[in-house]
Amino acid sequence: MEPFDFIEIKVPAKSEYVGVLRLSTSGVANRMGFNYEDIEDLKVAISEAMTNAVTHAYQEAEEGEVTVGFGVYDDRLEVMVADHGGSFDLGKVKAEIGPYEQSEPIENLREGGFGLFLIDALMDKVEITSDHGVIVLMTKYIQENKVGLDDDQISTTQ
Amino acid sequence: MNLDINVSDKDSTAVVTLAGEIDAYTAPQLKEQLLPLTKESGKVVEVNLENVNYMDSTGLGVFVSALKSTKENNSELKLVQLQSRVMRLFEITGLTDIINIDSTVRGGS
Repeated sequence: MEPFDFIEIKVPAKSEYVGVLRLSTSGVANRMGFNYEDIEDLKVAISEAMTNAVTHAYQEAEEGEVTVGFGVYDDRLEVMVADHGGSFDLGKVKAEIGPYEQSEPIENLREGGFGLFLIDALMDKVEITSDHGVIVLMTKYIQENKVGLDDDQISTTQ
Repeated sequence: MNLDINVSDKDSTAVVTLAGEIDAYTAPQLKEQLLPLTKESGKVVEVNLENVNYMDSTGLGVFVSALKSTKENNSELKLVQLQSRVMRLFEITGLTDIINIDSTVRGGS
């Protein structure tokens, strides 16, 4: 089996801990050598996953916790965000995600439901299971030749 | 990991200056301050995001609901001085076409 380091963090399913998870994510990704842009993508994606878990716990009036596992590989980071609450309707969630269409009347715009869409846009691979609580498994690969916006060089990915 | 919200409400223009992070924890505070401003007919609500260094979909949700409110109340919403990271989220989600966003983007920090 491919060797990897594993880090697990458990936080209360409360919105005030989303920022704590974000800082932890930034620390792990920075140690692995992700560039600035990709670290920011990871922060958003993982915050979105935890926000979903927190919202879910809140709706169910649970005093739960969110478990986050980081699988640190040579070429990639795998992050698992698990909410041990009840299951949700995956089909319904998938039907609700997607970018805004310009033709859509403003009254119809959704105010929520963007989380999974952003996770999908910002990560390389996303899997969701909802058999026992909701588990979001996300993967991001380390890009070797990318240059972040902070550098003075021109990015080849623009 | 907080958000400072400063409101300067003069005549027909309200300038909301934000500093910090907009996430699941701070977005409800922002919504509470921003939405009442959009309820006044003819009001221009300008939100300055120059010092917002993190935002996620919870922030997008607040701005979408503020935009809806401006349409209902005949007021106006304008977002200015976004950092490139924050701007990117509006682009990915297609909101740049719907919300009035000043395209002068600030660099990342």
